[in-house]
Amino acid sequence: MPDTAAPARAKPRLRPGDRVFSGSALAAGTLILAILAGVAAFLIIESVPVVTTDPKDINILDGQPFWSYVAPLVFGTLWSSAIALLMAVPVSIGIALFISHYAPRRLAQGLGYIIDLLAAVPSVVFGLWGGNVLAPAIQPLYSWLTEHLGWIPLFAGPASGTGRTILTASIVLAVMVLPIITALCREVFLQTPVLHEEAALALGATRWEMIRTAVLPFGRPGIISASMLGLGRALGETMAVAMVLSSSGGITLALLTSSNPGTIAANIALRFAEAFGTNINLLIATGLILFAITLVVNMIARWIIGRRREFSGAN
Amino acid sequence: MAASTSAASGTNIYAAGLLGKRTPWFVLAGCLAASFVLFWLLQAGTPGATLNVAGAIIVGAIFYPLAIYTISLLVEGARKAKDRLVTALVYGAFLLALAPLITLLSTVVANGLARFDLEFFTYSMRSIVGAGGGFVHAMVGTLLMTLTATVISVPIGLMTSVYLVEYGRGPLARAITFFVDVMTGIPSIVAGLFAYSIFALLFGPGTKLGIAGAISLTVLMIPVVVRSSEDMLKLVPNELREASYALGVPKWLTILKVVLPTSIAGIMTGVILAIARIIGETAPLLVAAGFTNNLNYDMLNGRMQSLPVAVYYQYVSPGVDVQAYLDRAWAGALTLILIVMLLNIIARLIARYFAPKSGR
Amino acid sequence: MRLSSTGRRPWRLSGIAAIAVAGSLLLASCAANEPAPGGESPSGLSGTLVGGGASSQDAAQQAWVAAFQTANTGATVEYEPTGSGAGRDNFIAGANNFTGSDRAFKDDELAKDNFTACVAGTPIVEIPNYISPIAIIFKLDGITSLNLDAATIAGIFKGDITKWNDQKIASQNAGVTLPDLAITAVHRSDESGTTENFTDYLHANTPVWDADASGNWPYEGGEAANGTSGVVDAVSNGTGTIGYADASRAGGLGTVAVKVGGDYVEYSAAAAAAIVDESPAAPGRNAVDLAIELDRTSDAAGVYPIVLVSYLIACSDYQDDAIVPLVKAYLGYIISDEGQAVGVKAAGIAPISATLFDKAKAAVDSIR
Repeated sequence: MPDTAAPARAKPRLRPGDRVFSGSALAAGTLILAILAGVAAFLIIESVPVVTTDPKDINILDGQPFWSYVAPLVFGTLWSSAIALLMAVPVSIGIALFISHYAPRRLAQGLGYIIDLLAAVPSVVFGLWGGNVLAPAIQPLYSWLTEHLGWIPLFAGPASGTGRTILTASIVLAVMVLPIITALCREVFLQTPVLHEEAALALGATRWEMIRTAVLPFGRPGIISASMLGLGRALGETMAVAMVLSSSGGITLALLTSSNPGTIAANIALRFAEAFGTNINLLIATGLILFAITLVVNMIARWIIGRRREFSGAN
Repeated sequence: MAASTSAASGTNIYAAGLLGKRTPWFVLAGCLAASFVLFWLLQAGTPGATLNVAGAIIVGAIFYPLAIYTISLLVEGARKAKDRLVTALVYGAFLLALAPLITLLSTVVANGLARFDLEFFTYSMRSIVGAGGGFVHAMVGTLLMTLTATVISVPIGLMTSVYLVEYGRGPLARAITFFVDVMTGIPSIVAGLFAYSIFALLFGPGTKLGIAGAISLTVLMIPVVVRSSEDMLKLVPNELREASYALGVPKWLTILKVVLPTSIAGIMTGVILAIARIIGETAPLLVAAGFTNNLNYDMLNGRMQSLPVAVYYQYVSPGVDVQAYLDRAWAGALTLILIVMLLNIIARLIARYFAPKSGR
Repeated sequence: MRLSSTGRRPWRLSGIAAIAVAGSLLLASCAANEPAPGGESPSGLSGTLVGGGASSQDAAQQAWVAAFQTANTGATVEYEPTGSGAGRDNFIAGANNFTGSDRAFKDDELAKDNFTACVAGTPIVEIPNYISPIAIIFKLDGITSLNLDAATIAGIFKGDITKWNDQKIASQNAGVTLPDLAITAVHRSDESGTTENFTDYLHANTPVWDADASGNWPYEGGEAANGTSGVVDAVSNGTGTIGYADASRAGGLGTVAVKVGGDYVEYSAAAAAAIVDESPAAPGRNAVDLAIELDRTSDAAGVYPIVLVSYLIACSDYQDDAIVPLVKAYLGYIISDEGQAVGVKAAGIAPISATLFDKAKAAVDSIR
């Protein structure tokens, strides 16, 4: 890959055309910062009335303070996304390895495209599928789990009669972020220096040992950044969760019951249609919190990648 | 790396202590057979119960890695056994991902074909009750809003990536790179709320317009365009730039006439994939553009329907003849998936046929 | 790479854009059911009437709009299901010419007299045009009907009664074999008029239900699903499930006969319309304001108390006289026999009674 720092060294003479062009390029870059600042600013402006209004006048809150309304939603958002990621990341790495190192060369690209197809499915369709196909199909398993493993807090009963639990929602989320994580991991794995791989094999390593010693260490920052991207998508996913999840409860670790915490994004979609007056401001304020959460997740991701890159011997 | 599988099989003396090439298949068949027998025995007691084929396959698939690991451990030793286990798991991961894909697509196709007819593509939902009608208004809305979003975000995104690759140094460039990453993570509903807030502040609460929908899509599209174009511009070899400078071509002309044309295929691929990414967005359009049953060409006036919102709306708010509404919803979903698949194929074709044939 | 060949590349982009524009024009030209621009209807009505509000009325409103526009091709009516609250706000702000609302304006709201589109000091027209029974639906193998009283229903939906063979259910259903199965009570996860009317019924009839009527489900726990469709899907896909939904969607599911006085009453259009006639008018209203106070505790025979009543709200005297013919024509159509029949067919509403029709007709005729 060519070194990107090079164009600066070759310094051509500055002409008016150059000024205009570099100026507009700079303007475009700055505009992005402005848009992002605008997103934050407009959300903050629209959220202010929530702080200044008496909670009793916002009928969604029904008298309870703002934070006790938001807390279960924040928990539900993080919890469902974390479970989804826990399922999606190992499978994604597996698929990416399958495509990059296991599948026959000729088929690999086509198989990759098949997985990409999952990314083409709109979230509404995932919602329909999750609620009407997956949930009823998986419900017997939930009943079985609560009966036999109910002593584990995660599987505490009573099992939902419809299967529309937070675990189902997480499975749907996992399927939705799967193609994103897979695509990025695949790209990274394919970039593993061939010399490293061949060196490992020449030393008598099995294929798994080669992957463990050459491919995975090289791909680790890529895996992390892919996972974080997937996490960001899962945190913000709206319609699929709104259509699948039975969100009626407070903070709970139980995965298989009817009472699950909602998620911020789904809650906005569910309430926005009927909201009016300060209720809209309330929903926008929860949106602001979601924005802040994704911001923090992204910052952590970048920090991890930046730190890892220094230690990774692969570069 | 292709040499990783052992070439030896049969009665080769060096292959002593190795499993034969076909052994894993036999093990797999054995596992499935055992699983089916198990399920059959379990259900033989309950009269009238049908054999749970899916369950049997799943249990068989769980048996297989354990079986192959144990067998390999006994015959080939721990290292090989671990390798076989991982191989089984990696193949399993791929097959696992196929399961939702197949059930999803078959559900959509099976339900969507019922109304995938001419009327669906020639009628809007204006004055339609019950059966009949189509999604022209939604297709027009999707087209207009996506097109507007593309027209706004491609120049901004492209120029930003030019800035990052060709000009940007120092803290500002670092800040832009960082915030573009942040922007990639903006939840789509937040983008919708942002667009809604702008127009609520300007024109009073409850304002829902096509242009608001387009703006929310723009917020989602810009970072995708920046990232993909940035990668493509970075791939342009420096020799091309230097050759151009050496001929006395100004930098801006070099970028315009050498760098961008060289990477145009990749950039277009990126743009089309970005379109494919936003065309299925539901939540921001629900919030910012609202929904309507009428055909609306005016981005600046009145609500605008889009395909994903139309699908959602048909599902959520049907009349008495529910099946007619569901059929339309599934047909809309099928249309949407076909559009996105088509865009993906076009992107891949562009990438393949228009890729620069440079020295690398 | 030759520079000359690169100069043509950007043209391809504009080519794609041109194809896209041409495609959109093609789509535009063939929406067979859209009116030609500038068309004039035989009735002489033209222009656009903007309404919005209760999403509960949406299916019926779409049917009324469709039939009305077919008869008056020059007129366009927009009904935006923004929700009752937003609909009322928009009506006050003058953004809606009329609104659909799951409740009438309250006395203190009327006293403000701040309706932008109406002439100050004139009354507001409120017509209960949309009466729809809410069915309590359940799915139990082999059982199509159950008798329940308000306290039992409240107990089930609060989560106090957890098994189908609970003594409280069994005692009201002699002769029905109830399974030893957990109850999954499904309620709406979104805010809705259906929930508001359902909880209002429970609140009025039993102390077990200690929460006020609310469009948002007041208790934590229980199964929640998005929209009427979500509830119906959840109930039909599950086992031992129970929920509440617009009666037109009850389909093949089992339904609950509700205890009124000494009898158990199955939902029906007639029984739903009956409660509106049994209920007294809201006190102190103008003759054109037909707001009623629903008597959910009525024990008159043949009354089904779990109904959703939604209003049409309009000015009796518009600032803008140009809109008046359209308002009168559309509102007049909705309350007419023909309009109510369309509503029955499209949304399963209970048609308004003859007495109510006479009052409503007088109210619509008075609009100027």
